[in-house]
Amino acid sequence: MFEYAPAPESRDVVDIKPSYGLFVNGEFVDGSGTAFKTINPASEEKLAEIAAASAADVDLAVQAARKAFTTWSAMPGAERAKYLFRIARIIQERSRELAVLESLDNGKPIRESRDVDLPLVAAHFFYYAGWADKLEYAGYGTRPIGVAGQVIPWNFPLLMLAWKIAPALACGNTVVLKPAETTPLTALLFAEICQQADLPPGVVNIVTGAGETGAAVVNHPDVDKVAFTGSTEVGRLIARSVAGTGKKVTLELGGKAANIVYEDAALDQAVEGIVNGIFFNQGHVCCAGSRLLVQESIAAELLDSLKRRLGTLRLGDPLDKNTDIGAINSAAQLAKIRELSDAGEQEGAERWSPACAIPDRGFWFPPTVFTGVAQSHRIAREEIFGPVLSVLTFRTPGEAVEKANNTPFGLSAGVWTEKASLMLWTADRLRAGVVWSNTFNRFDPASPFGGYKESGYGREGGRHGLEAYLAGSAPRESR
Amino acid sequence: MSERLSVRKTYKLFIGGAFPRSESGRSYVVTSAKGEFLANASKASRKDARDAVSAARKAFPGWSGATAYNRGQVIYRVAEMLESRRAQFTAEIVAADGVSGKKAGELVDAAVDRLVWYAGWSDKIGAIRGSANPVAGPYFNLSSTEPTGVVAVVAPPSGPLLGLISVIAPVIVTGNTCVVVASERAPLPSITLAEVLATSDLPGGVVNVLTGNAEEIAPWLAGHMDVNGIDLTGATPELAQSCEELAAENLKRVLRPEAGPIDWLADPGTERMTAFLETKTVWHPIGV
Amino acid sequence: MSTLTTSFSSNASLRGFLHGLPGVDKVGADARAAMLGTRSIKTTAKRQAIDLAISMVDLTTLEGADTPGKVRAMCAKAMHPDPTNPDVPRVAAVCVYPDLVAEAVQAVKGSGVKVASVATAFPSGRSSLEVKVTDTALAVAAGADEVDMVIDRGAFLAGDYLKVFEEIVAIKAACGDAHLKVILETGELATYDNVRRASWLAMLAGGDFIKTSTGKVQPAATLPVTLIMLEAVRDFLATHGRKVGVKPAGGIRTTKDAIKMLVLVNETTGDGWLDPDWFRLGASSVLNDLLMQRQKQDTGRYSGPDYFTLD
Repeated sequence: MFEYAPAPESRDVVDIKPSYGLFVNGEFVDGSGTAFKTINPASEEKLAEIAAASAADVDLAVQAARKAFTTWSAMPGAERAKYLFRIARIIQERSRELAVLESLDNGKPIRESRDVDLPLVAAHFFYYAGWADKLEYAGYGTRPIGVAGQVIPWNFPLLMLAWKIAPALACGNTVVLKPAETTPLTALLFAEICQQADLPPGVVNIVTGAGETGAAVVNHPDVDKVAFTGSTEVGRLIARSVAGTGKKVTLELGGKAANIVYEDAALDQAVEGIVNGIFFNQGHVCCAGSRLLVQESIAAELLDSLKRRLGTLRLGDPLDKNTDIGAINSAAQLAKIRELSDAGEQEGAERWSPACAIPDRGFWFPPTVFTGVAQSHRIAREEIFGPVLSVLTFRTPGEAVEKANNTPFGLSAGVWTEKASLMLWTADRLRAGVVWSNTFNRFDPASPFGGYKESGYGREGGRHGLEAYLAGSAPRESR
Repeated sequence: MSERLSVRKTYKLFIGGAFPRSESGRSYVVTSAKGEFLANASKASRKDARDAVSAARKAFPGWSGATAYNRGQVIYRVAEMLESRRAQFTAEIVAADGVSGKKAGELVDAAVDRLVWYAGWSDKIGAIRGSANPVAGPYFNLSSTEPTGVVAVVAPPSGPLLGLISVIAPVIVTGNTCVVVASERAPLPSITLAEVLATSDLPGGVVNVLTGNAEEIAPWLAGHMDVNGIDLTGATPELAQSCEELAAENLKRVLRPEAGPIDWLADPGTERMTAFLETKTVWHPIGV
Repeated sequence: MSTLTTSFSSNASLRGFLHGLPGVDKVGADARAAMLGTRSIKTTAKRQAIDLAISMVDLTTLEGADTPGKVRAMCAKAMHPDPTNPDVPRVAAVCVYPDLVAEAVQAVKGSGVKVASVATAFPSGRSSLEVKVTDTALAVAAGADEVDMVIDRGAFLAGDYLKVFEEIVAIKAACGDAHLKVILETGELATYDNVRRASWLAMLAGGDFIKTSTGKVQPAATLPVTLIMLEAVRDFLATHGRKVGVKPAGGIRTTKDAIKMLVLVNETTGDGWLDPDWFRLGASSVLNDLLMQRQKQDTGRYSGPDYFTLD
């Protein structure tokens, strides 16, 4: 037996303060809400005390952003670009620190925060920095919208922050951002980076807190633009609450992506794609390939390979460089995953997990595969947001597409085949904003991301991502 | 000899390519700008709205799956047929809006031109809104546009033909299908347009026209879970807000009414098309 | 024909089989190999890996300038890689040209170190089957325990799979009791699909090992190519019930390279292949780096090349 010895990344590279305030107008200030703690989900140890922003605190943040908007929006794009480039560079320089902090607060494996999250975060700032002085070429006008209220989830705390803040700032908007209650730390370290970059006060404001703080941001009358990533349930509430206000909204919501494997697929890579699709980030991914649709002719063979592969996944300490599956982000999320998995069993699907030791403390869920799943099962319809794969079979390409699209969601999909025309035929028919063919869960700042149907609206990334933060073309002359 | 008694026309709904009466059996009197009787029009109910959505959904795969070139051809053909009915539309606009015959003629011309303009967009909008994305890895990455699906359209009360064409054309040219709630006050051009559409090459169900009361019908469309988008251009602020709230239930794409009066003769830009377009990004590895 | 061999009546049926294998997506395979390359092997695991890697080395010299003296020196190193430390395991085998086999056999006698000989008009393989069989027979007659043959890449790329197949069958017959390692020369096969097909072809024809490269062509033993070959032996065992070994050769220079290979084995075929009987590292310079890293672990100090023999 070749056992890998523990290879922990040092947590000493990051200095966590006992408590954190809100970041408003370039300074850390006290919050007037009841402070809350953020914990390490892998150990349940308290990491820090976090200030909670009340509606009044949010108001101060919005005021600061409004005031900063005047100068920030008037600043030449090339100058704004330089601030963003500066931030991108600092992120690169401090990436190890940020990666460790992200893994501590979120529970994700250091391999992912180090090799996926952080490089993408820096790349996102670099990418949008370059747009700041080229907006007139993008086709959405050049006028910023104003103050953007942004609410982000806990699954990719810093990456979602980058997706929100980089394009907003590049277009000349100022922001009030609320990180998720369970993962505020990297956003607060980002606030320090803003200070380090000498970003003008008020351009970026970070208000921490729970749902009420988020609602205060979304509903503040002086917020011109709302950007939200999170559950479809909350997205609905936001869409309803901004009705009639004229606020521009973009929503990045849930998903239940189908990952279609045709019989002629490159099977070893398909297995990797399935694993990456649902077990990346413990399945806490809105675009996760949570429904495996496999052609019946290869189903048994593929499942054997998949199960063998899952036996090699390493679950445990997120800071260990060899960990593949980290901790579930919170007790609440763990309860939700358990509830849906139990429902899957009760509804008659067959549950399987590889043998894997679960640590005593912290929130953990083993990689889990359900076979014999029917479209009508809850685990085939509801977003589990955890390391749980539902396996369904199909006989023909038409049936695969029909099943894939048979959901109110439409964020992403996967298709595996060595036949190019079948791939394009399938991709054409999938009602989803991102289609990964012969790959899965790839992200890039240059590539637009966003959903169809109840997975939300608007795109983040690429030229398309600018649209959410620009007021549109100036009125044209009469024809 | 006595003057010939005219044959009065009852205007019906346009659903799935057919002209049914409202299932509710209701109709209402349409009058001219001067208050004279013009015709009876059907007063659509929520069930008519439901049927229209079904028809639009049924038409969606075929219409969205047609080539962009084909959609452009079909819409251009509608423009040709509209041109040949110029006199009828002019008369209807004179009656509806009380404008001069000359002005009404200009509006019909503008409507025809608008349709031709949009017809030409069918195979170009994807080119200007899509992109090949230079990602940092060995992947081919392409973003292209796709229609949102079934779109409800609350047509503007003013500009009976030009306004109507200006809201319908951008929705369907990209491959969406639609259910239009026509102007309650001036519905006749919309049904005449439907008659043109019915005899054109446009597949049944791509455009469905409901006449009646927008306050009554639009909320049913806004709350309908099989409608993917809603254009509230013709809605009052109150109706628009309640429809937007209802639309949140399935995250419909919402095109809000404009703040001030709309100059329908102005260049419309691409926004009315892009409001009901999705962007799909496809990745594929590049390797031997 | 050996019972280990699957028979094919025509090139078409063999081609049908090989082209019916699932394809390999290059980007996905590269990404998987790269991910496994990030495994962090430290402390006790590293020590275990170093000793395992040393025991898997096929210490190789395949130069025109090879002499009996050079071979004897290499054999001495193979048996006692670090003369100052008897804990260091011996390597798996020495690998030489056929005319030097007798010299090597004499030198390693009784040590347990095997003698492998390249054969079949190595490295290009461009000769007649007669010559190749004779080449093999000479090596075996001189006492070679293992024969490393090269496939006819020209025939393979021309689609004449049956010719390649029959050649392997013939060489296997000429090997007698000697183990046959089939060198695919993956650098010349160019695509991963070809690597997979060639792996299966070699296994179907009776090869005991599949080996990446001659060491004379770049790229040689890359991680993804080794990954694909490991997948092939894993699947072949599952479908045909016969276990075949894998030998990456060429380009493995550092301890890190060697450990990545072991991680690849561990997470692809599992530990059934973590054994010199089933996995070899065709290399020469890597041995000193392994020894240096080993000594660093023992002493806590970084070492230098002057402290290890250059044989």
